[in-house]
Amino acid sequence: MAYSIQVQNLSKQYCIGSSQMETTIREALTSLIRHPLRRFCEKKNHIWAIKDVSFNVEPGEVIGVIGRNGAGKSTLLKLLSKITFPTYGAVKVAGRAASMLEVGTGFHSELSGRENIYLNGSILGMKKREIDAKIDKIIAFAGVEKFIDMPIKRYSSGMELRLGFAVAAHLDADVLFVDEVLAVGDTEFQKKCLNAMGDMRGGGRTVLFVSHNMAAVENLCRRAIWIDSGQIVRDGPAKKVIEEYLSTFKATRGAGMDFETITHRRGTGEIRFSGIEFLDENHQSKNIVCSGERLTIRLHYRVEKKVSNPHFGVEIFTDMGTLVASLNTWSSGVEIPYLNPGKGYIDLNIEALNLMTSQYHLSLWTSSVGPTKYDQLDYCAVLEVEPSDFYGSGRGMERKFGLFLFPCHWKISGMGHEASPILSQERVPVQPVISE
Amino acid sequence: MGSGKGIDRMVQVMVKQSGLSVSGEWFREFWHYRELFYFLVWRDVKVRYKQTIFGVAWAIIQPFVTMVVFTLFFRNLANMPSDGIPYPIFSYSALLPWIYFSMAINTAGMSLVMNRPLLTKVYFPRIVIPTSATLCGLVDFGIASVVLLAMMVYYRVGLSWEILLWPVLLILLIMLSLGVGMIFASLNVRYRDVRHALPFVTQLWLFVTPVIYPSSIIPEVYRPLLSLNPLTGLIEGFRASLLPGQGVDWSAVGMSAIVTIIIFVAGTMYFRKTERTFADII
Repeated sequence: MAYSIQVQNLSKQYCIGSSQMETTIREALTSLIRHPLRRFCEKKNHIWAIKDVSFNVEPGEVIGVIGRNGAGKSTLLKLLSKITFPTYGAVKVAGRAASMLEVGTGFHSELSGRENIYLNGSILGMKKREIDAKIDKIIAFAGVEKFIDMPIKRYSSGMELRLGFAVAAHLDADVLFVDEVLAVGDTEFQKKCLNAMGDMRGGGRTVLFVSHNMAAVENLCRRAIWIDSGQIVRDGPAKKVIEEYLSTFKATRGAGMDFETITHRRGTGEIRFSGIEFLDENHQSKNIVCSGERLTIRLHYRVEKKVSNPHFGVEIFTDMGTLVASLNTWSSGVEIPYLNPGKGYIDLNIEALNLMTSQYHLSLWTSSVGPTKYDQLDYCAVLEVEPSDFYGSGRGMERKFGLFLFPCHWKISGMGHEASPILSQERVPVQPVISE
Repeated sequence: MGSGKGIDRMVQVMVKQSGLSVSGEWFREFWHYRELFYFLVWRDVKVRYKQTIFGVAWAIIQPFVTMVVFTLFFRNLANMPSDGIPYPIFSYSALLPWIYFSMAINTAGMSLVMNRPLLTKVYFPRIVIPTSATLCGLVDFGIASVVLLAMMVYYRVGLSWEILLWPVLLILLIMLSLGVGMIFASLNVRYRDVRHALPFVTQLWLFVTPVIYPSSIIPEVYRPLLSLNPLTGLIEGFRASLLPGQGVDWSAVGMSAIVTIIIFVAGTMYFRKTERTFADII
């Protein structure tokens, strides 16, 4: 068999809602009495997390799997690594496979770092002899030599994470499934991990890599698979697929946005977002938003069924998928007693949008106090932030200067320049060069 | 739908897989992961007595103190007969397999739920988890057996050829614990009632098992009923194999062996039937 991974018509159906999910025998019995004929989950409660997915992977390929939240990426990874079983369809993996859906799976806080390396290694499918041979390298990679015989409950979260990744980075598998593990950890360690994964590519290992970090996918993978609603949208060269994926966000840009046309939605549907508007302080529609400006985000909604104590939230992401802010009524302590059926809107007033010039994506959600989401729209609008003279210096600000602008000022009174507030005036004037 | 035909074909593939070849695969995988199995037992044993004052001594304290209490109450106050054997050794020799069994079914029953992060994040044969939980108790069993040896020397109990039955009974006891443990473990994944039922079931089970009393005090008519409890023959067997002159009740041991094997096979089958859905519903 030439392929490293063969996936054919892979499908996984989940049953949502309360039926079939009874967690105590009493609930199971009551539901049996109430609906004696119903054996399985009702049709309408079925959702296909993955539907008819087929693809083949050559040995040594490093593939990035991209898509919005809830598109089915993680389910795909779980199916490939045999953690969960498909409803139908088949997966064939040639050689030894290892999955890394979480760093440090099975770590026990009472055991020492060294003991946990053995435990975690064997959970990931390593042989004891293999771990014996690699343990020094693993400890050095994690940089925890001094603490290796201490129980890991005394470790910082960063150390624990490094230890977990160090074990995984030394896995000697033919096929590796990796979930968003790079989203955590400090930048320096992230870089180290990316390098380690780069080595995997050199080592002829097949890697399937799920990530929201488009830069990482573009760097590491030659091929990318874009998944939406459990199906493959595009499968091809990473650069092209990413461009196409990102362009779907751009389609939704503008000062306002109508959500009524969005058909496949998540959430239970008591409340539906019907639109979003960006407004200035006079409640006039705003096309251009500049760094530091006041901004009102107006969320239009439609209530289908009376709800009590709903919460609303707006999440702001960078175009690489980093969550910049999660602004919601719950955190702000705003209580909405109830909402009657009908239309309405809620305003989010941002005093100063201190974001560096760039493109940001918004996700919206509304939920009950519990975990029930009424509606959720991921990456549904684009917020284009234009440059402004934020510090009043006349100097432009670019994305390379970071993500945020803070209202701040420099004081140079301790430097012996009491009189003049502007440093540049103190410079020795440069003789103008006269040309010609 | 264009892919309709493809689906039918794949469904057939899935059906075909559930034959004998899958069982072979299952055992092969289990063998491949034998080291994980070892490490999980090692973890549980190691963690159990960390940050405890008495440490491993707990393995002795529990059966020994229970034996002392039993002797005080049942022997001295209630005048419980013990088939002519000193009551302390009579109860201790039965307490060892009993404590092993009750601990094994409790830890195995909770094992899948306790290892939830492993089930949802990594693939390995799921059977490794309840099995390692069951075997973990053998360490305590071994340690506590040293005390039993000392007691046998103290009470000058000689050995007979029937001691050869002892390891066979131990294997049956492990199989029984694992069978019951697997059923509880997989039930627990779906129904959290098991958490409340387990201690209760264990408590009741002790009363229908001849640990405190010899089965000879049970009226003849009820004995066949009692022997349906597989622990009856096993625990009486443990006692008889160690203490000479008891006479092994072969029919009771045979009955227990049959029930044990039925429970073990049923437990394995039920576990295999449900393990595919563990990660989805746990």
